[in-house]
Amino acid sequence: MNKHIFSSLPAAESPSEPSRRTVLGTGAAGLLLAFVWTPGGSRVAQAASSPMLAPNAFVRVAPDNTVTVIIKHLEMGQGVYTGLAAIVAEELDADWSQMRAEHAPADVKLYANLAFGIQGTGGSTAVANSWDQLRRAGAMARAMLVTAAAQTWKVPAGEISVRDGVVSHAASKRTATFGALAQRAATLTPPKEVQLKDPAGFTLLGRELPRLDNVGKTTGTAIYALDVVQPGMVYAAVARPPRFGGVVKSIDDKIARNVKGVVTVASISSGVAVVADSFWTAMKARDALQIEWDESKAEKRSSPQLFAEYRKLAEKPGESAKKVGDVAAGLKSSSKTVTAEFEFPYLAHAPMEPLDAVARINADGVEVWAGCQFQTIDQANAAKAAGVTPDKVRIHTVLAGGSFGRRANVVSDYIVEAVEIAKALPQGTPVKLIWTREDDIKGGRYRPMYLHTFVAGLDAKNELTAWRHRIVGQSIAKGTPFAGPGIDVMSVEGAANLPYAVPNLDVELHTTDTGVPVLWWRSVGSTHTAYATEVFFDMVARAAGKDPLAARRALLTDHPRHRAVLDLAAEKAGWSTALPEGRARGIAVAESFGSYVAQVAEVSRTANGGIKIDRIVCAVDCGVAVTPDVIRAQMEGGIGYGLSAILKGEVTLKDGLVEQGNFNSYDVLRINEMPKVEVHIVPSVANPTGVGEPGVPPIGPAVANAILALTGKAPTKLPLTASGVSV
Amino acid sequence: MTVSFQLNGSAVTLDVDPEMPLLWAIREKSGLTGTKFGCGIASCGACTVHVDGVAMRSCTTPVSSIEGLKVTTIEGIEGKTADAVKASWQKLNVVQCGYCQSGQIMSAVALLTQTPKPSDTDINDAMSGNICRCATYHRIRLAIHDAAKTMEG
Repeated sequence: MNKHIFSSLPAAESPSEPSRRTVLGTGAAGLLLAFVWTPGGSRVAQAASSPMLAPNAFVRVAPDNTVTVIIKHLEMGQGVYTGLAAIVAEELDADWSQMRAEHAPADVKLYANLAFGIQGTGGSTAVANSWDQLRRAGAMARAMLVTAAAQTWKVPAGEISVRDGVVSHAASKRTATFGALAQRAATLTPPKEVQLKDPAGFTLLGRELPRLDNVGKTTGTAIYALDVVQPGMVYAAVARPPRFGGVVKSIDDKIARNVKGVVTVASISSGVAVVADSFWTAMKARDALQIEWDESKAEKRSSPQLFAEYRKLAEKPGESAKKVGDVAAGLKSSSKTVTAEFEFPYLAHAPMEPLDAVARINADGVEVWAGCQFQTIDQANAAKAAGVTPDKVRIHTVLAGGSFGRRANVVSDYIVEAVEIAKALPQGTPVKLIWTREDDIKGGRYRPMYLHTFVAGLDAKNELTAWRHRIVGQSIAKGTPFAGPGIDVMSVEGAANLPYAVPNLDVELHTTDTGVPVLWWRSVGSTHTAYATEVFFDMVARAAGKDPLAARRALLTDHPRHRAVLDLAAEKAGWSTALPEGRARGIAVAESFGSYVAQVAEVSRTANGGIKIDRIVCAVDCGVAVTPDVIRAQMEGGIGYGLSAILKGEVTLKDGLVEQGNFNSYDVLRINEMPKVEVHIVPSVANPTGVGEPGVPPIGPAVANAILALTGKAPTKLPLTASGVSV
Repeated sequence: MTVSFQLNGSAVTLDVDPEMPLLWAIREKSGLTGTKFGCGIASCGACTVHVDGVAMRSCTTPVSSIEGLKVTTIEGIEGKTADAVKASWQKLNVVQCGYCQSGQIMSAVALLTQTPKPSDTDINDAMSGNICRCATYHRIRLAIHDAAKTMEG
């Protein structure tokens, strides 16, 4: 999601420029190296949730010489533990092996995402919004360690150097570790002003670093919500209505309650919860529930019907999202027109870890353990569900087994369920709620389905004269606190800001209503707008008899960063070299979340007439490459995630019922379908931007454009199988 | 009823519903949470363990069916092959969210135990039952080849 969607929330600071006040705090409330005395007398790092921690406390240096960075974002695979810790380590001149990371508690005052004004992760903002904040946090800790050494050794601070976690005074040949200096440093007042490094002098950033979560995630010791264990914990499964908008009419739970191990059956807002001494028992007993659903207000339409309705809407002008010149006149003056229609299905996020949370209601408040992506919102929703104030909700953010947007939802669906179930149990009973895969795939909050239509005009010289683009689909923001005034920018991002210089441009939107709950899905609007605009661009270029790369470059003279990634991807892919018969390349470019990504796909015909995706070359410009290997990994992963969607991703409705349920019917990309991927990073000194999402948008159109080049026909319905392409 | 088996080298006896899948028995009754739940229908591989050295999907294996057998989970996997696989996984920064990786590693160790120098086709055959939604596939392939090389040397 983008920062604009948070415009209706109380903004703490200007999104683009975290102010000095935010970064340094006020008065004495700066970064602190916080230590407490334990009863045993030794000093240990204070727990992150302790009231002893000062505002903007992102760094803890422990006497054992470890440096822990408090991560205000959710580590869900995108590498924030590593990336954010690297920013601190750089300014601190730490040794990478001494770095650790742990999630911050929910505390909007300390840990707001500076792009949002609330604590939360999304919109590929983690590194971008933390950049200045964590550099200062690291530099401040370094300055305090230097001062502590100067005082200890009675030498001028200016003569002290720090390198790889060692503080040295060359003249007296004295050295000390951070750990040895921590105690003294903790007694100092944090400096108000700190000197940041010249990026040219970076020694850690830009280097290959092992991920900080490598060991835990390869030995089975990393803890996700599924793995949280609390004394006396029970397990819950929830029966939800089969159609969106259905509600419970009556329940017969006699058989379910008699299943051995069942603790209770409880009605909650979303359906009926079964609580048992194991999750297996809870699932079995859930199957034994007999529920009659009131479906009078439920969604009962089928996907083809929705598309037919969308198509009808697309015949009429929509709300204007962008208007340049006069499209009607531009089309009138054209000698050739090109038209196209694109269909995009609903998509489930399907993270490997289904939604799950542990909740416990104590006498003094609520505790939640979850892979929380919107801590501030989750805290507020949990509080409301429990009937307490948000300050009585303690959130333990744990590692998330993927999210792709699913865990960031304004109603905190799965967390509220867990809290409501805990409320139905004796006080102090922890309950672990797990969604099955079927619950996940059938559970809604999908990437919306969309219909796009285009008409473009070409003049006698084959120059673009007009481009009219209509988008039909649900709004993700509508009905949520994220809805701003006017058009839902998330529905048109990537389309309304078409980078190509077109003299007459109309981008219009029809916002539809269905009973299907929708949500942002890795790269949000660009999941469909990049595909539609970039594939249509190739259809137009083809009609004009132009090379797709040359045609793009010619209309991107005002967009040097788009051109640079296109040029790099094209060069590395050998764009200008000929391919043998039965092989073709496609190219696409997209800017999302401030990062620029171009990809070239190389495809070939298989013996049985299908298409094989052989190779993807990716170029990315995300400003300073903080941790290059994380950037590469996110591009590779974004490519795989996007490919999965275009090859086979599809949630369809039949009379309102979701037709898919598990990985056997909602099939996803597997290792045998993953092409070779190479990633090239554009060198840059610009402030870093995100990489979690921007790898996704170009992959669909790059592949589709390669198929267009190979077959002469662009796949305009997704997934590709719906366009008759077998892969 | 009670079921007895070897879990990571230790004898365990569990008093459980015999139909309970091994996955939930080892996670909730034996407290080993490294093995993950992803689908419940043996379609994603997140729950992969070794039963008498063979990779199995624990989410569809009734606990009663492993009476007297040897179960190894990610917490207990060891030896030259397992060490090489874990080392290559770490060296190549394979993991992202990491949730599927216990299963990926268990499948990879089983593959390399049977086929010390696997081809790309061998890797596809052995690993296509393990889904990774972060799509770390590219690196999984590289890491398996890397581990094979380590073991050779």
